[in-house]
Amino acid sequence: MFDDLNDLYQQVILDHSKSPRNFFKLEVANRVAEGRNPLCGDQVTVYSLVENEVVREISWQGSGCAISKASASIMTDALKGKTAEQAKELFRNFHDLITTGSSDSKDLNKLAAFGGVNKYPARVKCAILPWHAALATLDGKANIVSTE
Amino acid sequence: MSGTETISQARPVESFQSLEDRRVEFPVLNQKVHGCDLVYFDNAATTQKPRRVIDALTYYYEHDNANVHRGIHELSNRASSAYENTRVRAAKFLNARSADEIIFTRGTTEGINLVAQSWGGKFIKAGDKILLTEMEHHSNIVPWQLLAARTGAQLVYLPVTGDRGLLDLSRIDEWLTRDIKLFAMTHISNTLGTVNPVTELCAKARKLGVTTLVDAAQSAGHRKVDVQEIGCDFLVLSSHKMCGPTGVGILYGRLDVLEQTPPYQGGGDMISSVDFFNSTWNKVPHKFEAGTPNIADVIAFGTALDYLDEVGREKIAEHDIELSAYCYAQLAKLPGVRLFGPETGRAGLVSFLLKDVHAHDVVMMADQAGVALRGGHHCNQPLMRKLGVESTARASFYFYNTTAEVDRLIEVLREIQRFFGTV
Repeated sequence: MFDDLNDLYQQVILDHSKSPRNFFKLEVANRVAEGRNPLCGDQVTVYSLVENEVVREISWQGSGCAISKASASIMTDALKGKTAEQAKELFRNFHDLITTGSSDSKDLNKLAAFGGVNKYPARVKCAILPWHAALATLDGKANIVSTE
Repeated sequence: MSGTETISQARPVESFQSLEDRRVEFPVLNQKVHGCDLVYFDNAATTQKPRRVIDALTYYYEHDNANVHRGIHELSNRASSAYENTRVRAAKFLNARSADEIIFTRGTTEGINLVAQSWGGKFIKAGDKILLTEMEHHSNIVPWQLLAARTGAQLVYLPVTGDRGLLDLSRIDEWLTRDIKLFAMTHISNTLGTVNPVTELCAKARKLGVTTLVDAAQSAGHRKVDVQEIGCDFLVLSSHKMCGPTGVGILYGRLDVLEQTPPYQGGGDMISSVDFFNSTWNKVPHKFEAGTPNIADVIAFGTALDYLDEVGREKIAEHDIELSAYCYAQLAKLPGVRLFGPETGRAGLVSFLLKDVHAHDVVMMADQAGVALRGGHHCNQPLMRKLGVESTARASFYFYNTTAEVDRLIEVLREIQRFFGTV
């Protein structure tokens, strides 16, 4: 019945949504930002420890659909150890991937699992929400960011 | 005579053995979505429109289109009379004492905002209390918050008891007191399917001198709604949730209450005379309908009201109860399902969650199988927080839905559980 959806819900995504990584409150965080999707009530809080423009530690908490949970889980794995510039570059490539279905970058690794999202425009926001929150922590913003 | 009346007689009643046979009257239902037969279970958001309502819109624009209440020419007379006939029709539909008690709005939301701004602006003062229930739609919360912020009034909420979703009426006397100025309540919860005893609540309120507003958005197209029997001061509804076009609603107000209520918006049609510095108001209900109204959609709404009476609101209510009871029972058999709202006596909708599958994933996957559900907070965020969930999936029915469609929903949900490996 759902063969077409295997593109969207790739095994990596299902795994991460069931057992999310870095899913806790980082007590040593020096940056916190919250993302909300007012349309559906999805909510994610990203905690990061940023020193000398480098993400030393990053974690998240929140609730949402499989796509947003997997995105937060895989994103936090991917951002650990990255500089702010590298993180932004990664987001640009990820954004290309989920909006167009392809990206020039060869370094997406597990993030490449989101290659099917572009066919479901309503789900692009789900995948992007944690990134908005993470980038806000890198910019030193502590505001609530919204995908609307 | 308006041609729309001819069209509404187009099909004989006798040709329909059961409500479900009427599916053929709804062109939109006959289609495939993602390669599967469409199962439309989002009727609490908006219902589909029968052919004759669609025809009434086209007929009006092809034959009678003109502005109302102004012209002396033939087309304007036809448009005015069809528009005003719908008012008479709506008064009869709701058993109002007079057509003057029917105000056309853009929908339920505008009706509530009208009452909050105009009636509330005059009668609600600092320190006054407004009683709502915890199961109100945002449209029956936010206008009162705006009014409270403007006036210094206070909002009070009648609690809902847990997942079964009933109002806690054992303690009604603690909440509904003489201190309350207005009690605004929903007839049917769009999230829980709870049917509130509005007649009893309004009677209690009336004894205490409390003004009442009933949100009938989810009930007016599904069961008999009689404003005299309910005994409310105001009642609001939306055309598009009862086979009519979008962009039209009704605010019913008791005539004496409407006469004391100041105008809503200023403009043409709502005045009796205007000079450079002062104006006098037109009489009720025109006082509340500034500018050129939504003529075509109001007229087609009249056709929808005729249609609903032909179908029979008692029959629709029975069908709602049977189908939602069936759906509730079938859903309850699924492993890890959480059901919201009362087990019995519910309206035609069921909200649910599947363990470890988010409502959005459920709704999106169901869509891939042609089943249209709603997922989210249903404009009920405070209630959702109270229930400790951020969203639910909801199947909401109308008389054209069938038990076979419910079976299809259950089949799809089982498949979703297999896909996510939760069973």
